[in-house]
Amino acid sequence: MTTTTAPPERSLSPSPSLTPEQIQAFGEEMDAIRQRLLADRGERDANYIRGVIRAQRGLEVAGRGLLWAGVFPPAWVAGTAALSLSKILDNMEIGHNVMHGQYDWMNDPKLSGKQFEWDTACPADQWRHSHNYMHHTHTNIVGKDRDIGYGVLRMSEDQPWNRYYLGNPLWAVLLATLFQYGVALHDLEVERLASGEADLADKSELLKGIWEKVRRQTLKDYVFFPALSGPLFAFPLAGNATANLVRNLWSFTIIFCGHFPEGTQEFSEEETENETRGEWYRRQLLGSANLSGGSLFHVLSGNLSFQIEHHLFPDLPAHRYAEISVEVQEVCERYGLPYNVGPLHRQFGSVVGKIWRLALPESERRGRLGPAGTVIDGLGGAARTLGGAVRKVARLALPGS
Amino acid sequence: MDGYLEQIDPLLATAECRARVVDVERAAKGSVTLKLRANRAWQGFRAGQFVQVAVEIDGVRHQRCYSPASAEGRGPELEITVRCHPGGLVSNFLEENAVPGMVFGLSQAEGDFQLPEPRPGSALLIGGGSGITPLMAIVRTLFAERYAGPIALLHYSRDSASAIYREELERLAEEHPNFHLARSYTRSPGVGEIDGHFSPTHLPQSESRFADAEVFACGPPDLLDAVRGNWTNGLEQRLHVESFVPPTFVPMGKSGDGVIRFAESGCEVQNTGASLLEQAEEAGVQAQFGCRMGICHTCTRRKLAGTHQNLVTGEISSAPREEIQLCVSAALGDLTVDL
Repeated sequence: MTTTTAPPERSLSPSPSLTPEQIQAFGEEMDAIRQRLLADRGERDANYIRGVIRAQRGLEVAGRGLLWAGVFPPAWVAGTAALSLSKILDNMEIGHNVMHGQYDWMNDPKLSGKQFEWDTACPADQWRHSHNYMHHTHTNIVGKDRDIGYGVLRMSEDQPWNRYYLGNPLWAVLLATLFQYGVALHDLEVERLASGEADLADKSELLKGIWEKVRRQTLKDYVFFPALSGPLFAFPLAGNATANLVRNLWSFTIIFCGHFPEGTQEFSEEETENETRGEWYRRQLLGSANLSGGSLFHVLSGNLSFQIEHHLFPDLPAHRYAEISVEVQEVCERYGLPYNVGPLHRQFGSVVGKIWRLALPESERRGRLGPAGTVIDGLGGAARTLGGAVRKVARLALPGS
Repeated sequence: MDGYLEQIDPLLATAECRARVVDVERAAKGSVTLKLRANRAWQGFRAGQFVQVAVEIDGVRHQRCYSPASAEGRGPELEITVRCHPGGLVSNFLEENAVPGMVFGLSQAEGDFQLPEPRPGSALLIGGGSGITPLMAIVRTLFAERYAGPIALLHYSRDSASAIYREELERLAEEHPNFHLARSYTRSPGVGEIDGHFSPTHLPQSESRFADAEVFACGPPDLLDAVRGNWTNGLEQRLHVESFVPPTFVPMGKSGDGVIRFAESGCEVQNTGASLLEQAEEAGVQAQFGCRMGICHTCTRRKLAGTHQNLVTGEISSAPREEIQLCVSAALGDLTVDL
């Protein structure tokens, strides 16, 4: 917390003002919630994660088996759906959470965060660095958290605008479609290579790792399994491509709803210098947003629908976030801190609106490009409506949510 | 493939060694004998060796060393006997809960304490408490091979009710004239063939038959010290010992006490009470790190022994072989970490 003697020019985090003592007390309450859950961790959590792994394995085997006979349309549809679900579970509820060390306490080498590898293009060890460390430590600090726009999008007013960002909506669609490759390249810091801040020669180890993993994934999904179907290879190939696409769009949607909906806050490097533990907790809370929904929706989101709880307690078993969220909300209410939660269509709609809005600089949108700015804001509104439609479809497809 | 096969049956895994409990017997007081059937990954063991058995209790995997007591071989069957220790988490759990069908993780057999090949001309076995288990494997192996040389076994335990394998040993002594069995029950003198703690007078009277025997001793440190004192002056090379101590934890010291050992880099430092990460860096030991606040798990390493305290939560743990976050862990007394 910056002191009142030297206020920053413009606070990036206009949040309810709490005294340092209050912030400390808030942090202690968060620590107490964490402690209670640590003491309660046990067989229930072990059974849960093994159950999810069992379901994922079953879906994967069923999906690949059905796609082998993908020439029959019902088999293709069922196989593609099963494989999509398998990849979503593997990446979201299993991979992401296990790699956070959420199950390290079990001492099971198969569930050790440092050894886990997942079914996506990004090498697990690079993910552990860019995500567990960079993103989770420096959450929403502009200039430090590279998840703000993933180096390719403008997702905050505090990222200076340039003409490249006119393509913001287009880049977003491309990133969503190719999300697994976007994530794979994340640790390369492409934007710093482009600006000359980083040198490609220093990145050869990373590139090699990415190339190895992408090659393995490509051989698996686009050569090996299709080849098993002989001359009918095109059917499993198309099914695998579709499953990867479904997983890409789904994970993009969920992840972008974590930190970018209206109401989430960004922070400056200056104001987060010498941050206390209480302030760290407060930043995680203010920088994250939750999604409301049913239990199946939470599982398929890898419980990232509880992004706030995940950022407060990244290494607690994620399936427990739902039960902790009640306590977290109660504490936030007492301290007058905002707790950002909304249904998927509203949160994602506001993210899409932001992607459009930030394609233009604030000054231009309000000034010279007045009418164009209005159009763009209008498109943002349209995106919200589209979000509503998506939700209706999703509700039909996933009655649980 | 194992990730898929094990969903059908954990024992179908081909890379990871596992075993299923097929029979449970509670013959001696305070101990439990488990007959195990290992999967195909198991390569068998030699009499005298030990295995690390991983048992899951309330979601947490705990590893302990046990010496198979069955006759050696490459087959899938092995038997272990677990003696309960006061406060022993795994031993008491198994004594109370072991049932056929339970699955354990298993390491391959380890240890140089083993019956040599070719077999010695005579064998003298000295065991204390549950240190009888590897000796039992030697006895059973030799009799299974119709060994004709003299075998003597001195077994020291508290009382006859808690003496492991008592009935089987008595039966073997009756059946095999070349087997000399002598028991000492330290808490009930006069009941066994010998009395008190180990002394050279306990050795078989027809000492000449055992003059050039290979000696296998297994038990608590006191017993081994006494045995070592009797085989000196060049006789040491015939003595094979295995220290068998209940899992005593390194006594918990205060913050800032003791010595921190970085096992991989072979470096030792005097504990200052600072986080293990800071002390490793201070000592020039390379350690991966990230957030330095217990969030990202980049610095997670395995603690091999000792007690540590989590500097954020204050939680204290003495469990051996657990993964700890170096940046938020400090040593309470002596501690060894795999770094």
